[in-house]
Amino acid sequence: MATELLMPALSPTMEEGTLAKWLIKEGDTVSSGDIIAEIETDKATMEFEAVDEGIVGKILVAEGTEGVKVNEVIAILVEEGESADDIAAPAPAAEAQAPAATEAPASAPAKAAAPVEVVSKASPDFPEGTPMKTQTVREALRDAMAEEMRRDENVFLMGEEVAEYQGAYKISQGMLDEFGPKRVIDTPITEHGFAGIATGAAFGGLKPIVEFMTFNFAMQAIDHLINSAAKTLYMSGGQMGAPMVFRGPNGAAARVGAQHSQDYAAWYAQIPGLKVVMPYSAADYKGLMKTAIRDPNPVIFLENEIMYGKSFEVPDLEDFTIPFGKARIWREGTDVTIVSFGIGMTYALEAADKLAAEGISAEVIDLRTLRPIDYDTVLASVMKTNRCVTVEEGFPVGSIGNHISAVIMQRAFDYLDAPVINCAGKDVPMPYAANLEKLALVTTDEVVAACKEVTYR
Amino acid sequence: MAPRKTASKPASQANVSKDELLAYYKDMLLIRRFEEKAGQLYGMGLIGGFCHLYIGQEAVVVGLEAATKEGDKRITSYRDHGHMLACGMDPNGVMAELTGREGGYSKGKGGSMHMFSKEKHFYGGHGIVGAQVPLGAGLAFSDKYKGNDNVTFAYFGDGAANQGQVYETYNMAELWDLPVIFVIENNQYAMGTSVARSTKSPSLWERGAAYGIEGEEVDGMDVLAVKEAGERAVAHCRAGKGPYILEVKTYRYRGHSMSDPAKYRTREEVQKMREERDPIEAVRSILLTGNHATEDDLKAIDKDIKAIVNESAEFAKESPEPALEELWTDIYADEIPQHNA
Repeated sequence: MATELLMPALSPTMEEGTLAKWLIKEGDTVSSGDIIAEIETDKATMEFEAVDEGIVGKILVAEGTEGVKVNEVIAILVEEGESADDIAAPAPAAEAQAPAATEAPASAPAKAAAPVEVVSKASPDFPEGTPMKTQTVREALRDAMAEEMRRDENVFLMGEEVAEYQGAYKISQGMLDEFGPKRVIDTPITEHGFAGIATGAAFGGLKPIVEFMTFNFAMQAIDHLINSAAKTLYMSGGQMGAPMVFRGPNGAAARVGAQHSQDYAAWYAQIPGLKVVMPYSAADYKGLMKTAIRDPNPVIFLENEIMYGKSFEVPDLEDFTIPFGKARIWREGTDVTIVSFGIGMTYALEAADKLAAEGISAEVIDLRTLRPIDYDTVLASVMKTNRCVTVEEGFPVGSIGNHISAVIMQRAFDYLDAPVINCAGKDVPMPYAANLEKLALVTTDEVVAACKEVTYR
Repeated sequence: MAPRKTASKPASQANVSKDELLAYYKDMLLIRRFEEKAGQLYGMGLIGGFCHLYIGQEAVVVGLEAATKEGDKRITSYRDHGHMLACGMDPNGVMAELTGREGGYSKGKGGSMHMFSKEKHFYGGHGIVGAQVPLGAGLAFSDKYKGNDNVTFAYFGDGAANQGQVYETYNMAELWDLPVIFVIENNQYAMGTSVARSTKSPSLWERGAAYGIEGEEVDGMDVLAVKEAGERAVAHCRAGKGPYILEVKTYRYRGHSMSDPAKYRTREEVQKMREERDPIEAVRSILLTGNHATEDDLKAIDKDIKAIVNESAEFAKESPEPALEELWTDIYADEIPQHNA
């Protein structure tokens, strides 16, 4: 009986990887525990061990192949006397199914309105014609930190696994080599302690960047973020403050359960004295991180693990920064304003595409910073479209969307043709089961439905 | 490395000059009289909120300040008035902060528990028990990073000594050889809970041994003993040997805060400390028996101190309340508009 070897998932968020190297060849006998291949994820190169015993009948994916999907058959093990040729070529079942699923909305009603054109708006942060390069969010973040560390010797990075391990999520890859252990500092697992030490170092005139392996762990340190870092400038009558950045992945990753899946955007956005950034695109990650490091205040920089591996066009400029408090309009539209930030933008933009196909023109605004918030851009858009839907992954009670709704109500009530709808995560701790997790997060379909509701379609 | 066990030994008076003794006397007396005045102003309703007096503990900060040099830093908890006066901050500015006035160190926005002076390297004044310990280690981190030989004094009480972040900090301070002196001001009561009721460890400084940090116990009612221990600690830190712990045994005469009736200890206990171990009386006695000063000399000093304290009280009463616009300043180092919908 032949056994199929499948491309393994080696991290919670891995969808595909590179088959870097085969350590076996056809005809070899393998037994359970043998290392048979090296697989490169976007975070690390991992060894792949055999679970079953057998003879390598056929290698289906050549070494060096990139973009091999998780669960794709990469080799076949046969038993003594069996031949791989006896086996019918495996149908790429998983692959065949995947695209079909996303094409599902083909069942839209026949009487759908004529599609509207999607009007993308150029980035306001650099002139048109600026040379661009494709970068992942991960690379953009690293470049931003490294550029600022070259620029200012008082900037240093501290956190768990940032130095020798090269970052738990590989954000600080190569930084230890360039800047040395004085400026790229591995800490023990002691969030409360090192957040306090970093804040003290900021009082003492340095500009720390503190990496939390995830913002869930910053809960152990939150007293220093708020009571020590955010309030000291005020309490000292302006004499001393904490110019520093607290950064790390925030929000749900994938299948990591309740304690590792929480969006803290609304928590930190509530605190005067903090600045809060939650970018979506790699260009924004870069430009806003550079601004955060230069900012003379404590900045909470909320990243997203799922976004780390996503690629975007980033301006290829020597020094590129984006000011805080300036939202970006990604799509121009006339029927409804969708306001989002961070990974919520993924749903917002997907929804805008779907709505366009059904004849609804959505304007999509990425807030980018949550403190300060660019109210003016939101209000101007709502005064034009007269409808608004907010999108975020965080809990629904006391959400950023709630706050935006209140501001719209106070300052643009007469312009509203429908109540503002807040699309948010569900009011439950994050479940582990895949189907329930999906249900707990905000979805594109929910955003589409909300936009239809406010446009009465 | 084995932590050194130093029995709390009486300091030798032989190599202490008359000028030093007089300076300690004046500095301790200033704190005592200042705190008494603060208590009075609190009773008059001029000081609000929480107010934690330092009376009885004066020898701790005065002795340790005598071991510092320019550039050294200090940070403490909310029982902070003594530390500020001892490091040379202006009594007027401190008292006016207590009354919440424009002339206060934080323009009236910090209050008793949250005061700072960049000029005097005083980094607060922190209201969260134990938070100042990693912050202090961070200040030391900044000096080590910059490559100077400054040291930081991180003061905390026997109550804070049970906070987890203290031990997180011990671990990193020793790991990274940070020039920080952890000063445990053991006044024997964490609010109303005596040390005996909060821990079974025989001594607080010895906990540093688990992290490899050297330290010692010091008689905190003897300013000369404190100063000598401070010098040993400073020498250790300046030599790049990492942190050092001083557990200074002291006593507060007043309640935890102004609203504490202190029912958890007897009147006799307090009275005995005042009569037998008062740090100011001890120096006064050395000055007189050693013929360094006459009763008249000391009376003149008392009078000068009283004048300074009275002036601070007058200043604190007369300084106006902060302008209403101050509500909206100092939130960000680069003023950004606040949400005020």
